[in-house]
Amino acid sequence: MTESQAPAGELRSIPALLARNVARFGHRPAYREKEYGIWQSWTWSEAADEIRALALGLLGLGLRPGDHVAIIGRNRPAHYWGMVAAQMCGAVPVPLYQDAVAEEMAYVLGHCRARFVICGDQEQVDKVLEVARTVEGIEQILYTDKRGMRKYDHSRMNALADVQAEGRAAKQRLQGELDARIAALDYDATCVMLYTSGTTGKPKGVVLSNRNIIETAKNSADFDRLDRREEIVAYLPMAWVGDFIFSMGQAMWCGFTVNCPEGAHTMMTDLREIGPTYFFAPPRVFEGQLTSVMIRMEDAGRLKRAMFERFMKVARRVGPQLLDGQRVGIGDRIAYGLGNLLVFGPLKNTLGYSRIRVGYTAGEAIGPEIFDFYRSLGINLKQLYGQTEASVFITQQPDGQVRSDTVGVPSPGVEVRIADSGEVFYRSPGTFVEYFDNPDSTASTKDAQGWVATGDAGFFEEGSGHLRIIDRAKDVGKMADGSMFAPKYVENKLKFYPAILEAVVIGNGRDFCTAMLNIDLTAVGNWAERNNIAYASYQELAGHPQVYATLREHVEAVNRSVADDPMLSGCQIHRFLILHKELDPDDGEMTRTRKVRRAVINEKFHDLVDALYDGSTEVRTETEVTYEDGRKGSIKAVLRIEDVPVFGQASARKVAAE
Amino acid sequence: MNSMTDEYVTEDGRRIGGTVMDLRNITLRFGGVVAIKDISFDIRQGEIRAIIGPNGAGKSSMLNVISGFYVPQEGEVWFKGYRRGPMKPYQVARLGIARTFQNIALFDGMSVLDNIMTGRLNRMKSGFLSQAMWWGRAEREEIEHREAVEKIIDFLEIQNIRKTPVGRLPYGLKKRVELARALAAEPQLLLLDEPMAGMNVEEKEDMSRFILDVNDEFGTTICLIEHDMGVVMDLSDRVVVMDYGRKIGDGTPDEVRNNQDVIDAYLGVAHD
Repeated sequence: MTESQAPAGELRSIPALLARNVARFGHRPAYREKEYGIWQSWTWSEAADEIRALALGLLGLGLRPGDHVAIIGRNRPAHYWGMVAAQMCGAVPVPLYQDAVAEEMAYVLGHCRARFVICGDQEQVDKVLEVARTVEGIEQILYTDKRGMRKYDHSRMNALADVQAEGRAAKQRLQGELDARIAALDYDATCVMLYTSGTTGKPKGVVLSNRNIIETAKNSADFDRLDRREEIVAYLPMAWVGDFIFSMGQAMWCGFTVNCPEGAHTMMTDLREIGPTYFFAPPRVFEGQLTSVMIRMEDAGRLKRAMFERFMKVARRVGPQLLDGQRVGIGDRIAYGLGNLLVFGPLKNTLGYSRIRVGYTAGEAIGPEIFDFYRSLGINLKQLYGQTEASVFITQQPDGQVRSDTVGVPSPGVEVRIADSGEVFYRSPGTFVEYFDNPDSTASTKDAQGWVATGDAGFFEEGSGHLRIIDRAKDVGKMADGSMFAPKYVENKLKFYPAILEAVVIGNGRDFCTAMLNIDLTAVGNWAERNNIAYASYQELAGHPQVYATLREHVEAVNRSVADDPMLSGCQIHRFLILHKELDPDDGEMTRTRKVRRAVINEKFHDLVDALYDGSTEVRTETEVTYEDGRKGSIKAVLRIEDVPVFGQASARKVAAE
Repeated sequence: MNSMTDEYVTEDGRRIGGTVMDLRNITLRFGGVVAIKDISFDIRQGEIRAIIGPNGAGKSSMLNVISGFYVPQEGEVWFKGYRRGPMKPYQVARLGIARTFQNIALFDGMSVLDNIMTGRLNRMKSGFLSQAMWWGRAEREEIEHREAVEKIIDFLEIQNIRKTPVGRLPYGLKKRVELARALAAEPQLLLLDEPMAGMNVEEKEDMSRFILDVNDEFGTTICLIEHDMGVVMDLSDRVVVMDYGRKIGDGTPDEVRNNQDVIDAYLGVAHD
């Protein structure tokens, strides 16, 4: 691990780190990608050669320092190389969400005035061409996958491989210029610009400098003792800051291997084949995996099921303690060891988690049962709290101090303070430079001393010193009777049930709370199959009386547990409905990182909201939906609204009101 | 009949060459039933040629004549400049003709990968013993063929099911695997028997795109039978229309669409 302690002397940019990695361990694998059924791999030397060829090619095409280079595609080595090549030329890479529809893309491409766009495939090229009809300034389109591209007008379009070939040919002519540009990169030069999805308003371009990325990568790598032997799987959107930190910042700093899956559909198989040692996933991935394990166990034979249940009981009891290095009785140790041999080991192997040393989840609250399930298997799953503006890390959980309800202690180098209003503020070496072309927003988010408002309300727990997040500060409101309204708190409790994929709780300024729910098609579909319930569509299943009955039980159970919290007992759900469609980023109902956009939902489903409060038992609605290719359609439905019992003070009040 | 002279370039820039397959005055009888009555048409290099017609018009019989499975009682089949006699299926495959079937004909118990591999059998040269031991030439050959098969898997976007047994796949995907197996033979002429039958709109769109891509990327000549008129008119360069074993129309989709006989055959006509 000597390289992590190396003085950061000249290591002031990603290209400089790349050069160091080539010099130190050029023969070690840097990138792998599964293609044509096998893992193709590139060593640091080979990767550096590819990147340099690409940079020379971009230079030949006229890329200027300060230009923005948009990158739109799935996680592929070529796209990571495109980002580094752009940096070498003094340009700024701007990765975008590949599943964004053309109009979303138009705003971002127009806002950053990207001259060069690197596209993954024909689908992305088509979107960019559509955007280029209204947005000026896009001069060169490059694409990775040549398929279907032959018939396009290539006057301003090139395959990435061709650009590299031209770069290699122009080496003599351009390498002096390229080296000069690489040498000019300093710690304050922009490393990357990432657009935050933003639950409200237009996306903002977060400018992160080399200092932000490299310091953060260094501190966080030290925190978890990451080294060049780590294996990670790069599968989360490249436009998301986390992927940039893990697959670029930390990978370059530590020199570990970035593995790119064949495609989204093969992700789980590829994960199993790689067996990462360092892994990040949002809670929904862990939830999805747990759901599928449970479904498969239900289908398993009696012996297997009995073994699973028997040993999971042991694991739940002592697994987390063992992981935290606490004392456990010898009998339990033996039972756990046996379980590891027969159940946990094979199960972890199936999930691809056999080698995990450090696993993180963040972005949303994770259900305690889910969190404990993985920890009891011996997987060191931890939580962190962060945001784009902080280059991810604000707080994280140290080994041995892991709990499902906190997000840990401040990361190394990060100062955290709670304002009187309860809002969390931080200041760190990773704190962003500015919002691109948006000084007003920059000023309102970051003060002169460098403190940044997170927009989240939270508090430090007494004793442990761990941070707990309550909710988005602006989402926390008051009910009509003045009691506190914290929708996320209740939504999380609802979402911990496998049958519920999403929940939106409404109630700010109202007399009582209501909820709109999304069913989880995998879990509910499997349940329907098991119980011989026939359904033709998502909509039909969502509206099925038995599904309503199940969800009503869940809501009731949540109400019971919310009633126990004196501060939040007003947030119990009095009425709910099950939505006829899944909330979808394409329809603007969620961000690309799958956070609910409350304002959009309140406006779009205002008829449903009205019905939830006017006492009706049924509501007829029509909703516009956007297909993947950007076309619009609409679905009509009649939704039932059901009442749920409430408990404690809330029920007393209800009776009084009646 | 010499079509070598009228090569042309389509609107979207594909080069259509001379005649690959020439069918001259074909008549096919099953006992007393005349399935095909004196039909002539040709298929040109690089084009997508459709055969359409109502049920029982003789389309599948026609495809079987082209594939060499049926030998017509009258008429001549010319392929790549040679007159073709009766042939065994493997001989047809060696000539560079591959096909998919109306009712899927895959090995249900085998994985997608193995099914597609069977499409390469004709190209494997190693002996039985060597293959049984998986040694020497057999090993080298398998690696080589696997690479070719993987490129097709990539092309048809079925990476996620490569190890799945075919029997567990939904219908639309089975059809795609069948196409993959046909492509694995690297055919010059690809025959598709109702590639979209029984598919939903999305599956049809996918399949159409794959057919166009195959034609475009590999330059494969394609002859297909299809019921869905919308699909046929969008996909094909030229269309043959059959009814009761006779040819009632032949030309570009537009020409065929406006042909009175075709309209009558499809919409029916009052007989007094």
